[in-house]
Formats: sequence, C-alpha cells, structure tokens
Amino acid sequence: MADDILFELLHSEIINYSLEQSKDNKEKKDMDLSVVEYIGFAAGYKIMERLTREWPRFKDELDTMKFICTDFWTCIYKKQIDNLRTNHQGVYVLQDNAFRFLTNFSNGHQYLEYAPRDIGIKMDSDGSKNLNHNIRSIAAYSIIKEIQELLGTLTLR
Amino acid sequence: MSRQTSRLDAKKVNSELLTLTYGALVSQMLKETENVEDVNKQLERIGYNMGVRLIEDFLARTTSNRCLEMRETADKIQQAFKLYLSMQPTVTSWSSSGDEFSLVWDQCPLSEWVEMPNNGLKYCALIPGAIRGALQMVQLDVQCWFVQDQLKGDAVTELRVKYIKRLEDAVPAGED
Repeated sequence: MADDILFELLHSEIINYSLEQSKDNKEKKDMDLSVVEYIGFAAGYKIMERLTREWPRFKDELDTMKFICTDFWTCIYKKQIDNLRTNHQGVYVLQDNAFRFLTNFSNGHQYLEYAPRDIGIKMDSDGSKNLNHNIRSIAAYSIIKEIQELLGTLTLR
Repeated sequence: MSRQTSRLDAKKVNSELLTLTYGALVSQMLKETENVEDVNKQLERIGYNMGVRLIEDFLARTTSNRCLEMRETADKIQQAFKLYLSMQPTVTSWSSSGDEFSLVWDQCPLSEWVEMPNNGLKYCALIPGAIRGALQMVQLDVQCWFVQDQLKGDAVTELRVKYIKRLEDAVPAGED
C-alpha cells in the first residue's frame, strides 16, 4: 500500500503537468484546469465504484452528502469537514478550513491567485462521486476564497 | 441500519486513490500526445520531480547515514520501496564491478488494475524517474531502465540501476 506523501507529491506534479500543457495561452490569468478536472473526475469515479461496491444504495441525497462529509472526507483529506450548509434544494456548501492540498501554501497573499488550480482535482473527485450514484449532480461548483487561502468552499448542485 | 464511520480503511483508500489517479493521469497523457515516447519521458520527469522531494522525507524518516558503496544504496532503495509502496523488491544481478544491479518485483500498487495498450508505453516510468531524482539529490548520478515489465507479459518486473558517477557539485542540473 502506498504512502500518503506519494499522493501529495503526485498531486502537485499533476498540477504542474497541466500548467505546462496549457502554457500556450499564457496571457490568460485563469488557467485551463480541464486536465486536472478530468483526472480528478476519473479517479473519483473509480474509487467510488470500489468503495461502495458492497454497500446498500444511498437512500437519498442527504445520505450521500453525509457519506462524503464524514467517511470520505476523513479518509482522503485527513480531517472532518468543518462546515456543511444546504438550502434543502440541492445546493450544498462544504467548507474545509485546512484543506489538505492547500496547507502547504504559505500563509500570505502572494500565491492566492494560484490556489484555485490546486483545488480543481479534489472538486472533481467529489463531483464524480455523486454522479456515480445517479444523483443529478456535479453541474456546478465554485470556489469562494477568503483572505486565508485555506478556505475553499464548494457547491454541489 | 446506520453506517459506521470506520467502514473505510483510510490507508487502503488512499493507496487506491493514488493508483487510480496515476492511471487517470497516464490515460490523459496518452489522449493528449500521439507519441508514446513523449509520454514515457513525461512520466519519467514527473517521477524525477517527485523523487527530488521524496528523498528529504526519506532521510528525515529513516535517519540514514551516507552510503559508502552501491550495495548500501541498493539496500536503501529497497527500504524506500517498502516504506512508500509497501512492496519488497529483491536486489539481484549485480555486475562484476558492483556498480549495476537489478530490482525485481512481481507486484506493485501502481500497476494494479492496469490494461496496457500495445504501444511501447512504460507505465511505471514514474519509478525509475523517482529513483534517479532521489539519488541525484544525494550526489549520485544513476541510470535506470526497465529490463522486464510484467505489464508487457514478462513474469516479473525488473528495473536495472546503473551507477554513472558521483556528482561533485551539490547543485543538480535543473531539468526543465
């Protein structure tokens, strides 16, 4: 079984790789994250298939979200999610105040604009997870950043 | 029936996530590039970059001392495989001059669930890259290549490591 640090290193290399792929359109500030997203999606989809193979089907949306926020989140991101809000119409806001792949960023404004790149991959593993359970989902997520870059908010719809 | 929080084995899940993420990366690369050689090179470079940073973690965790000869280095590499991938490759086939050896394994977490296209892809190119990168950080210049690959139908996977020279200058050549 592989050690955790390998995944962290691989993660940053994937970001690195996708940045290189999209460096032709350098003038644009918002990077093309589709590669990262695709990788996150594919990996997320498959891991969910494996994890829940022998489980009873999730009862409803809430059940799925509960799974994501407790079991899955603690497994992958090593901590409980800090806050989950919902408007009961299918929008969930997940908040993690010390997201695993962002804690390595230094604590300042300097790299703030780069942070979204890093988040992409995990977003999609969430998105695909839902998809895998036939819940109308993924469609949208957004990252709302506040001064501390470690605050990533994600909305699943 | 309520679901218990402990139903997932965190270590296993993370390990599988690594495998699957790596798989997704490779398949994405194949989609983007026609040339398989380019993919191999890219993977090797990703491995290299990872190795460069992995060695620090390794040294911190194991408090290893300086290796005086290649046999010690081989032991350390073996130890690293165990530490990071929980696999136990055998070190064999030393050359008579003692500067070249093989690592042989028959199971690797990275290559689980993999179906290979028949096009010369070196799926595990990450590993030789990582070894090269890590050793370069401790002033050892080595060459690493696959002799046999299970994914290509061989019985085992054999990775050959060859000592080239000691790097005198502590500043490694940048790879970009």
